[in-house]
Amino acid sequence: MNYADLFRVTLPETALEIAAILVLIVDLAFLRKAVLQTRVTIAAVLGVAGCAVALALLPCTGSAGFRFGDELLLATGGIAGGAQAGILVLTILTLLLFIGSTFTRHTGEYVAVVLMAATGGLIVAAAQDLLVIFVGLELLSLGLYILTAFNKHSEKSAEAAMKYYLFGGMSAAFLLFGFSYLYGITGSTNLHNVMRAAFFATASDGAPMLYVALVLIAVGLGFKVAAVPFHLWAPDAYEGAPTPAAAFIASASKVASFALLVSIGTAMVHIFDGMNRVVFISTHTTPLPRYLGLQMPWTQILCLLAAASMLVGNLAALAQVSVRRLLAYSAIAHAGYILLGIAYLGTSQRSANAVLYYVLTYGLTTIGAFGVIQVVERATGSDKLDAFLGLHKRNPLLAAVLLILLLSLAGIPPLVGFWAKFNLFAAVLAVGAGLVPFALVALALAMSAVSLYYYLQVLKRAYVMPAANATPIEAHPVTMIVLVAIATAVVFCGCFPAILQNWIANAHI
Amino acid sequence: MLAWTIYLSFAGVLIQALVPNSRAQLARWLALAFAAAGLALAVAGFIAGMGQGRVVIVDCAWVPAMGIRYLLAADGISRVLVLLTGLASVCGVLFSWNIEHRTAGFFAFYLALIGGVYGVFLSFDLFLLFVFYEIAIIPKYFLIAIWGSTRREYGAMKLALYSFVGSAMVLIGLLASYAASGSHSTTLVDLAHAHLPVSSQMWLFPLVFIGFGILAGMWPFHTWAPTGHVAAPTGASMLLAGVVMKLGAYGCLRVAIGLYPHGLDPWGFTLVGLGSWRDVFALLAVIGILYGALVALVQTDFKFVIGYSSVSHMGFVLLGLVTLNQIGVTGAVLQMFSHGIIAGLLFAIVGRIVYDRTHTRQLAELETMHLSRRLPFAAWAFVIAGMASMGMPGFSGFVAELQVVVGSWSLNPIWTIATAIGIVLGVAYTWRALQLAFFADKQPTAEDHPKEGWHNLGAITWPEYTGVAILTFASLAVGLYPRILLDTIEPAVKALLAGGIQ
Repeated sequence: MNYADLFRVTLPETALEIAAILVLIVDLAFLRKAVLQTRVTIAAVLGVAGCAVALALLPCTGSAGFRFGDELLLATGGIAGGAQAGILVLTILTLLLFIGSTFTRHTGEYVAVVLMAATGGLIVAAAQDLLVIFVGLELLSLGLYILTAFNKHSEKSAEAAMKYYLFGGMSAAFLLFGFSYLYGITGSTNLHNVMRAAFFATASDGAPMLYVALVLIAVGLGFKVAAVPFHLWAPDAYEGAPTPAAAFIASASKVASFALLVSIGTAMVHIFDGMNRVVFISTHTTPLPRYLGLQMPWTQILCLLAAASMLVGNLAALAQVSVRRLLAYSAIAHAGYILLGIAYLGTSQRSANAVLYYVLTYGLTTIGAFGVIQVVERATGSDKLDAFLGLHKRNPLLAAVLLILLLSLAGIPPLVGFWAKFNLFAAVLAVGAGLVPFALVALALAMSAVSLYYYLQVLKRAYVMPAANATPIEAHPVTMIVLVAIATAVVFCGCFPAILQNWIANAHI
Repeated sequence: MLAWTIYLSFAGVLIQALVPNSRAQLARWLALAFAAAGLALAVAGFIAGMGQGRVVIVDCAWVPAMGIRYLLAADGISRVLVLLTGLASVCGVLFSWNIEHRTAGFFAFYLALIGGVYGVFLSFDLFLLFVFYEIAIIPKYFLIAIWGSTRREYGAMKLALYSFVGSAMVLIGLLASYAASGSHSTTLVDLAHAHLPVSSQMWLFPLVFIGFGILAGMWPFHTWAPTGHVAAPTGASMLLAGVVMKLGAYGCLRVAIGLYPHGLDPWGFTLVGLGSWRDVFALLAVIGILYGALVALVQTDFKFVIGYSSVSHMGFVLLGLVTLNQIGVTGAVLQMFSHGIIAGLLFAIVGRIVYDRTHTRQLAELETMHLSRRLPFAAWAFVIAGMASMGMPGFSGFVAELQVVVGSWSLNPIWTIATAIGIVLGVAYTWRALQLAFFADKQPTAEDHPKEGWHNLGAITWPEYTGVAILTFASLAVGLYPRILLDTIEPAVKALLAGGIQ
């Protein structure tokens, strides 16, 4: 335990917290009389600056991580580093979207809460210890509940936040209960020690309680990533939350949660890493029976969640008339695809990289989609499908951005969504042999054919059907720049997928 | 050089996106310029490639970590189909000259579709081929949904979903072969050399064949074709029937047959007389030929006749492919070219020249209009196109269908007989449509023939003359001197049949 080390490893988090306090001070002390637009802009710019500093500090954290004794508490570099960088970039984008919105007068508080939630996200992405995981998740979640409720003029916002909070509180209880079982059986809170002890426990007699613990943890984390059947909060939260907050929930918080799932899965797969020598005396004739350890039941649980999410998410999205709810169900479906990747992590980094690639690009695309919704909603007062009627006439550039983003979500090449899917499913098939992974991949591809239908429903309104109202839609210039930049990135990363992939694979941040 | 057909088309998309909607004429000429440049490159590539085997055009690493290469190459089959695409795209632009509504947008989607099609025909990396294949899906949707006619949103969505389901099946096949071959490379050559186990090929082959076959109008997955063709604006239906259906057939040949040759082996048992996937798909192809022809025979909508005739003609292509002998597969490739030209011509006459002037496609209404007198050019053009479509000697369809029929004999003489019946039915439905639409027996009564004469239907414009001339010339040239194409196709087919893609 070395506090200098701890400080070095948490430099980005510190930067975010300082920025959060700074935003509050500046907004409350100096800008009380200023116009709303100025306050929004200054708060967002300060927030962006904080994230940028944190991003710049990321490489300073080294790659050794922070250890307490022998036990790794916070990982740095590698997947964790990549996820942290992703969270920061996505947070910057959602803060930039905030500049184009007017839902609240409490601008300083909003940005501060976003930054604190992002801090929680950074901790979650790096955490390797059950307690740290829980603290990080709570920090993230509390921020998200507040953000959801931030639109005080809207009943929906309050309702959504209440639902989100109640579901979230319950799932946190499940998660903590599961963690307590793990601790009770294995006597450690360090992920790697837990998994190693669990391996030996399954070899003797501790298995049933471990499986109960796994199920409880799956409930808790399934809620975080909005996997079926723990998804019920998502459509309401996406619909009720103010748009930049919804974008944050859909992107940065998702990256953090999936990075956590990758950490857990990696710890399960790499049980004996870091031990100098392993002597495993077994009465079994085969080298190591597959049913030992937690990997197999965990894979089974994740596969069930994945299949249910893909089916329910895609099929329920077909019936939506609100574009926000449509995006929520599509997010559930995408969570299904990603869970499939996490279920088959394998010993190489490949699947983990593929998952990270998917989550990052999905987050990016989804922020863009919410940005378009924000602009349309401000002009028409509605997020229904019909609000998008004739968008190509009312704002051709916005319509083109929407076209690119939704087609990317549907997985049409040469956009990045296609490459992410291909990469992920190729990794799943490379790791998981046999019929089950193959059948699940086939299901995922069949379901993404279904998804094209509902994405086209939106694009049909934007491009094909006649406009009910042809007045041009004006977008805030910053929003427009962000949206065009996101669309460009989606096309660019789709045409040159190797660049982002290499960056993730060699992330020594 | 051929690679520039792709780049030029996509450059055309970007430029069209910058053309303001008010400058329709500019958009048209730009589109024509890009399409014509593509055709010129295709012709030049075709001539330069004569007598050569597979020539690699571009080969560089695209995603090195996964062994995905940006590999463009052309063999005889590709060159012929690229030539077809060039012809179809130029004529499609000519017959879209009357698009007034959002003209630049129309040609942007049009050129995106063309670019994707060129890309598929030139890709020798399965991943790349798939990317281009999917690029072609979305523009079709918008072309039909925005600029189409009868039940356009239904037809467009049906087409998009059918295509996407088909491509999802292909993607499953792609992922499975990639994983089974050790995840080293996605080039067609490497995958073909990976020696996938026969048991895998046995289920991969039908999966991928059906996946591509959906777009080739394979019965019973053809139902998108008539509705899509009918709903599409003329230029788009020319492309759909002319080249997009060929994408499917090309995929069946290049990917399904090229990568999984053992999928065609006998199963070792027979199920209701079918002993291998070859028999199954031959049966589906023959059903497609007969079914398409019979349904075309009773249509009341002129365009539906042509739509179902496409299903019937594509049946010949699929039957030719599964014969797996030199003459049958050569015939199939030639039929792809021939049908692309002839179907384009038919759709142009029905959808543009006739419909734009009469505003009806119902044969019963056309019957009362005495079009042979009022639109003699359309009537004669349709006579020529109809003869070509029936498979009269002297036109490309004759050579192609003859080869397929000859090739199918070795598969099973029953197929040959059924196919011959299909050809006869083809004569019947073409003749019926020709007679009803242009040469109805009914003499004009005094009422039909107002004293001041029929109101003018509008003169045939130069784009229409040019388009008809190009397509007729192409069909006649191939029909009279088939060796122009056969000399290029045959060596490529021979190489493909001899050892997959090597």
